Amino acid sequence: MTVEMLGARIMAPYFGGSISVWGSLITVFMLALSVGYLVGGRLSTRNPNPKTFALFFIGAAISSIPIIVFADAIMRPIFLTIEDPRYGSLFASIFLYFIPTSILGMISPYSVRLMVDSHEHSGHMAGLLFFVSTIGSAGGTLATSFYFVLWFDVNQILWGAVAVLLLAGSVILLINYLLQKRATDSQVLGYEKQI
Amino acid sequence: MKNRFKLLLSLVSFCGLLAITQSLVAAEVIHEEKSLYRDINVVQTGDRRCLIFNVHRGDRNQTCVDVNNRDELIFSYTKMSFAGLLLTPEPKKILIAGLGGGTLPLAFNDLFPDAQIDVVEVDQAVVNVAKEFFFFEENANMSVAVNDARVFVKRAGILGEKYDYIILDAFGGDYIPEHLLTQEFLEEVKQIMTEDAVLVANTFSTSRFYDHESVTYQRVFGEFFNFKLPTSGNRMIITQLDPLPPRGNLITRSQALAPSLEKFGVPLLEYPNRLSTRVDWDMSRRVLTDQYSPANLLQGN
Repeated sequence: MTVEMLGARIMAPYFGGSISVWGSLITVFMLALSVGYLVGGRLSTRNPNPKTFALFFIGAAISSIPIIVFADAIMRPIFLTIEDPRYGSLFASIFLYFIPTSILGMISPYSVRLMVDSHEHSGHMAGLLFFVSTIGSAGGTLATSFYFVLWFDVNQILWGAVAVLLLAGSVILLINYLLQKRATDSQVLGYEKQI
Repeated sequence: MKNRFKLLLSLVSFCGLLAITQSLVAAEVIHEEKSLYRDINVVQTGDRRCLIFNVHRGDRNQTCVDVNNRDELIFSYTKMSFAGLLLTPEPKKILIAGLGGGTLPLAFNDLFPDAQIDVVEVDQAVVNVAKEFFFFEENANMSVAVNDARVFVKRAGILGEKYDYIILDAFGGDYIPEHLLTQEFLEEVKQIMTEDAVLVANTFSTSRFYDHESVTYQRVFGEFFNFKLPTSGNRMIITQLDPLPPRGNLITRSQALAPSLEKFGVPLLEYPNRLSTRVDWDMSRRVLTDQYSPANLLQGN
């Protein structure tokens, strides 16, 4: 949501602040999320593991970097070729935001799969996850629009978001590594005891 | 004594009656419309017809016109937009960002019938209301583009179009939209100015934002004329690409131009002494850029 709030600001210099720019942005975010949910759900059926889960965060972080580094390079040719700012902003939104947003969309269904251990708990877990992710979206929206834009440059906020995603990915990898290590250690220990 | 009391009583009731009839006259809403960007109201008080945006929040009138004397400009800030003529007395190509009721372009079209006037207005509903209720008409030399001013200016820059009189008067819900306040936008405006062009920007003289805005204009244009009047809450920033002319030149020009502006009610002779280059803002404030422009948040503080 932080990226979405800033998305309009990033496009305003080329496509203006008209309501159609917001329309393009929200449309592309919704499309990207829906694709992300679909793909994330599909991936969760094949050997679900925390490593892939962590890769979603890292992938989203890396694919967000072009928004910071190449925004002008991406928007300028679109501005030059498409005169109507409605379609200009639509195409710019697709190129800038589709990939990172769809990767972020994969996280929810995949985490449902990782956290659910029985059919009975699946609804409860899904509800909890939606709760957490939607509260997070609300928080990101509020913090960005009320405070971050007052304190920081747009790009600084985006780098912050990239850092948070990378951190989340690394923490998952680290926890996973530690858990695996403990598991193998205890296995080895158990094996030695048997001997 | 008794008679005097009676007289007083009748005087008071007469005044009361007058006030009641006045207020009855005051509140005739002749058109209401919700556009994508705002609530548009057209209110007529006697002969005076006003365009009001977002009436519920107590916003002030955008444009007023006297239906029986259409030439007369009513607001100080509309009249103040003519101060740019002291720098560029004979504009040939004029750009006005923000249509409102269209009184400003109409007056310019009347004054300079041969000049080409481009108006940019983001809201189609405002264009319709200006035409229907405020006597605005497009003609061979004056046309409106329904577009965002930033997009229009950027494209004009790429096409190599130049203007010699640019008025920035685009207001959104609260204030000027954020992307029309930044250093990058002003650089783009600079690109479409001819060598002898003047830029007139309508801003508010109050709010903490005044400092940021002043610093930003100064960064892009260097010294500018700060034009404020005691009768108005608006501040006009008036500047050009060349160094500013001495006050003597302004006075000579005001004397030459004043007669032609008389019918619009523009007191041009008073203006030269009001154009100041004195820095009355906090220079340490941050320049507004596309990266940093929390304008609407700053405004309330």
